[in-house]
Amino acid sequence: MALFDAVLELADDHLVLGHRLSEWCGHAPMLEEDLALPNMALDLIGTARTLYDYAAQLEGEGRSEDDMAYLRGEREYRNLLLCERPNEDFAHTVLRQLYFAAFMKPYWEAALSSSDEVIAGVAGKAVKEMAYHIRHAGEWVIRLGDGTDESARRMKDAVEALHIYTGELFEEGAAEGIDALPSRAAIQPAWEATIDEIFGHALLSRPVVQYPQTGGRVGKHGEGLGHLLAEMQSVYRAHPGATW
Amino acid sequence: MYSQGLIGADARTDETPEFLEAFQNRIDAEEKIEPNDAMPEGYRRTLVRQIGQHAHSEIVGMLPEGNWITRAPSLRRKAALLAKVQDEGGHGLYLYAAAETLGVSREEMTEELLDGRAKYSSIFNYPTLSWADIGTIGWLVDGAAIMNQIPLCRCSYGPYARAMIRVCKEESFHQRQGYEIVMTLAQGTPDQKAMAQDSLNRWWWPSLMMFGPHDGDSVHGDQSMAWKIKRFSNDELRQKFIDATVPQAEYLGLTIPDPDLKWNEEKGGYDHGPIDWDEFWRVVKGHGPMARDRIKARKKAWDDGAWVREAALAHAEKRKARKLVAE
Repeated sequence: MALFDAVLELADDHLVLGHRLSEWCGHAPMLEEDLALPNMALDLIGTARTLYDYAAQLEGEGRSEDDMAYLRGEREYRNLLLCERPNEDFAHTVLRQLYFAAFMKPYWEAALSSSDEVIAGVAGKAVKEMAYHIRHAGEWVIRLGDGTDESARRMKDAVEALHIYTGELFEEGAAEGIDALPSRAAIQPAWEATIDEIFGHALLSRPVVQYPQTGGRVGKHGEGLGHLLAEMQSVYRAHPGATW
Repeated sequence: MYSQGLIGADARTDETPEFLEAFQNRIDAEEKIEPNDAMPEGYRRTLVRQIGQHAHSEIVGMLPEGNWITRAPSLRRKAALLAKVQDEGGHGLYLYAAAETLGVSREEMTEELLDGRAKYSSIFNYPTLSWADIGTIGWLVDGAAIMNQIPLCRCSYGPYARAMIRVCKEESFHQRQGYEIVMTLAQGTPDQKAMAQDSLNRWWWPSLMMFGPHDGDSVHGDQSMAWKIKRFSNDELRQKFIDATVPQAEYLGLTIPDPDLKWNEEKGGYDHGPIDWDEFWRVVKGHGPMARDRIKARKKAWDDGAWVREAALAHAEKRKARKLVAE
């Protein structure tokens, strides 16, 4: 069941982050972002669906993608803490996106040659999406970092607030020892190179984190995730067995 | 999504009779009017007002549906709803661009929306209270909008007509998607069916009101018809909508909340009960249940985003300056 657990971790990352991005829809700083943020949310939710479906197949107990998403509580969710962090302001949102995409792009590149056909298939689509997310979020990090005094301050605050969650990206979690999935620790140099390149233009520096925050992979989340799930699952759970 | 019932356009115009006649001849010959063509001021003003209202309706319309994105009861529905609301934003974007060809900026139009000078479709001032409302809005509200928008594809103003062709294709998809949501509920558990019926009960009359006042009470009809901005009267479109929708409700086993609704063999259409015009005018004048919340939400997004837009401009200026130095 190790592969099942590892696939579920990946699926949870994508759904929770996609859900967070979807909260912006209709409330973004400009109309173009009201289109771009849901677009990125759709990419992530699309990947989550494929992965939940695959996890359900691996498990073989007849659960559906929706059972996976809607019937597990916060202690059972395995997403990275980074993905569940609240949107706060636009600076936090684009930085969170950059941190995640800068990891997932090289991850999916490595997964293209996976012996697992489903994983390799997901990777083929996701690599292009993550490249776009890095470009979009990265351009915003640069604009805001090197924009006005206020935007530069907000960007620095976002780095200060979110960087402590990035160490968890490189923990192997349930994927430890699974050949079909890339090593997460091995992605770190590529991730750091991407971040440093963008931070260079954004007049930001990558902080050294003494006390990283982790725990998502063992279901130890922040307090925000329970609220996210309560909202997301409310209709599904109120009508057990219904078809939507 | 938007339907007619243009509010407060001033079509007065003071060009010479010769100019107006020549313009009317072009309209009558079904020529498209393009941005750089001479046009009566009243024609320009009416279009700016109408396209602006249409664009604002798309943008404000993102809110009631957006209210259910985070609670959509399956991942498939969640993705479809996100894509739908994103489409509405895209429609807003094309329409603002179409209005900009008439010499008004998106910023000006946005300010008019936020300070209450510009209107949007009153239908969005009703709340979405259950998941079924997402289906019903697609089925009825987008359905009503399509009745109005199909003729707008032949509107005399070229950029508006062309924008509407793409908008209509997407709205038609939304309408079918909405109907499919309601059908799933109508065929579901008793609770789901009750949810669908309750939603139809709440949205039916406001949907009929989307077509605007009775023809006899409509102020802007005649001039807009002559200029071929508008092609059918409010009552004609309302009738077409009812005739198309009643059999759809019957197929679902849902009841239209109008005891007076009956088939009229002679006219080949349905007769319906009286519309509550007091409610119509109350909502049009800005006293709909969600009117304040909608504008508050738009204003918050605009105000909270100000620093982002300023930073983007400041960054662009810095880049331009650096490029000049480098050259």
